[in-house]
Amino acid sequence: MTTRRLSAVDRSTIAIPLIWLLALLAVPLMAVALLSVRVVADAIPPIEPLVSSAGGHWAVHASMRAYHLLGADVLYRSAFLSALVNAACTMIGCVVIGFPIALAIAQAPVARRNLYVFLAVLPFWTSFLLRAYAWIGLIRDSGPINSLLLSLGLIHDPIPMLFSPAAVWLVMVYSYLPFFVLPMYAVLESLPAELLAAAADLGARPAYAFRTVTLPLALPGLISGAVLVFIPAVGEYVIPELVGNSSTIMIGGILWEEFFQNRDWPLAAAIAIATFLLLMIPSYVLRRWLGPLGTVKQ
Amino acid sequence: MSNHESAILEIDGVSKTFDRTPVLRDVNLEVPRGTIVALLGASGSGKTTLLQIIAGLQDPDAGTLRIDGKDMRAVPPFERSVNMMFQSYALFPHLTVLGNVEYGLKARGVKRAERQRRLAWALELTRLAEFGDRRPDQLSGGQRQRVALARCLVMQPAILLLDEPMAALDRGLRAQVQQELISIQRKVGTTFIVVTHDQEEAMAISDYIAVMDKGRIAQFDPPRILYENPRSRFVASFLGNINLFDGSVGGSESGRLRFATDDGLEIFIAPENCADPKSICTVGFRPERLLVSRIPIDCPNHWPGVIEQVSYSGTFSRATIRTPAGRLLDATLMNVGGAAGSELLAGDAVHVGLPPDGVVVMTQ
Repeated sequence: MTTRRLSAVDRSTIAIPLIWLLALLAVPLMAVALLSVRVVADAIPPIEPLVSSAGGHWAVHASMRAYHLLGADVLYRSAFLSALVNAACTMIGCVVIGFPIALAIAQAPVARRNLYVFLAVLPFWTSFLLRAYAWIGLIRDSGPINSLLLSLGLIHDPIPMLFSPAAVWLVMVYSYLPFFVLPMYAVLESLPAELLAAAADLGARPAYAFRTVTLPLALPGLISGAVLVFIPAVGEYVIPELVGNSSTIMIGGILWEEFFQNRDWPLAAAIAIATFLLLMIPSYVLRRWLGPLGTVKQ
Repeated sequence: MSNHESAILEIDGVSKTFDRTPVLRDVNLEVPRGTIVALLGASGSGKTTLLQIIAGLQDPDAGTLRIDGKDMRAVPPFERSVNMMFQSYALFPHLTVLGNVEYGLKARGVKRAERQRRLAWALELTRLAEFGDRRPDQLSGGQRQRVALARCLVMQPAILLLDEPMAALDRGLRAQVQQELISIQRKVGTTFIVVTHDQEEAMAISDYIAVMDKGRIAQFDPPRILYENPRSRFVASFLGNINLFDGSVGGSESGRLRFATDDGLEIFIAPENCADPKSICTVGFRPERLLVSRIPIDCPNHWPGVIEQVSYSGTFSRATIRTPAGRLLDATLMNVGGAAGSELLAGDAVHVGLPPDGVVVMTQ
């Protein structure tokens, strides 16, 4: 490796993302971390000042109470667990549905690929909330699906679909699908077509070539796309709130509740920090293993 | 190649049209077993289409194709005893050298013991035994080519098709890799059919060259015959440099045929160079056959001339010489012991001579 001095242009090029990361990631993260060790007070804002002086005595008001609570109360642990399970199910759903979609787009004639990508992303031009409400309309007891089944005589009572873990799963998979399809498509599309031609030339049937060439080469992209779905899915709180029930209380919802309803800012901050660490460690390990954005580390 | 027994590949009247454009027109070719044959042509000459038809990736519109005497019409690509080495080599980046070479054997379900035996044989042949655990990106260009070669040869095909095998290599590496390719072919005896647009490469590696022009095979012969006895103007000028003359036969003199060129030269042709004087339409000679000297040359074909231009390139010099009638002749002069080319300068008056047996006669 050769080292060289950075020019002024280099420095300023690096400075922009550096300032961005510092101002919008590092500083807020530190603020949240600091908030998590503050002491709750019945005031506005609902926390004691960090440092106070009374009668010439300086006192620091800090406590690990929020973290003790997180460890002690089973509610938080089960909410973490249900968030992880839900995110994992969402991830699996996105992989199972998204991979064939990405593969189909990548194998379509070049001229039509952009159209298919456009179509795959098209629903996301409408607001996320509108689409969630549209799902509520579709799957509620008096919705078109139940109405159709009832009028066909296939069922006698509406199937309760809304407000269930399955409904949360359905809407989450639907919402997060493009986050998997787009990177997966990018990876599949970049695989040289000649590799499959060579496999066929050597006597591999399509299924064998898929298993031995396409899949192993697409695997890093698949894992990257899956992580891209999993991480935001863990913190998701709107969808479980809209279409879930009491059994789908997840850590994102708890955080919201602690902050806005219980006004326990330190506890909400501690949940945020704990979630951050919980996700940070495995994704760091993955990043070390994979190259940037799903390219195979050679 | 009158001997049908020895032909591994027989192509009979094959034609192919894409979007009403004829790409191959009535192609006939017999490839002798165990040889290296080049399909040589410019882009659009049909050489790649012919390769794909042999591989079974395209079907001919008309004509038949036999491999080892067997009609290939209903035989799908994966059942043909033909393998293709791709221009990019198309090595599997996620597999090691071993994994790449073993791929076809596994895909075809070859038993483990047999697989090991053939793998060892192919790696030995291509001198890759010590690189078995490397991945393609840890290999040099030449080594990658050998992996691609081993991956095909391990399948023991009757014919190996090589699509522009040197295109992915640095120029400086090609001569050595060409020699290696030939020596591997000689060891295994598999018939190699090489598609190339590079005439020097075709000359260097092939036993036979099929020169392709506008969907036809213009001539199919060993490189030396193609160079010394091109049948047409196209072949003559496609392979190497040549001075060409149109004109007509004007009788004979002391046993030699006299050819009067349209630009005012008289060229005497050795009788053994032309079987059928009536069919001659063009004659020519290679630049290295021209003798150039400051003193008159005792030769049936001799003309005065003036050096128009000389360029020195070490082993030889290239000169352009103007005849009194204004015709420019290309000459290649070997620079042996301070002779010829290295002493001539532009503007020098010289005498040029052409031995009658150096004249090439073309009928097309």
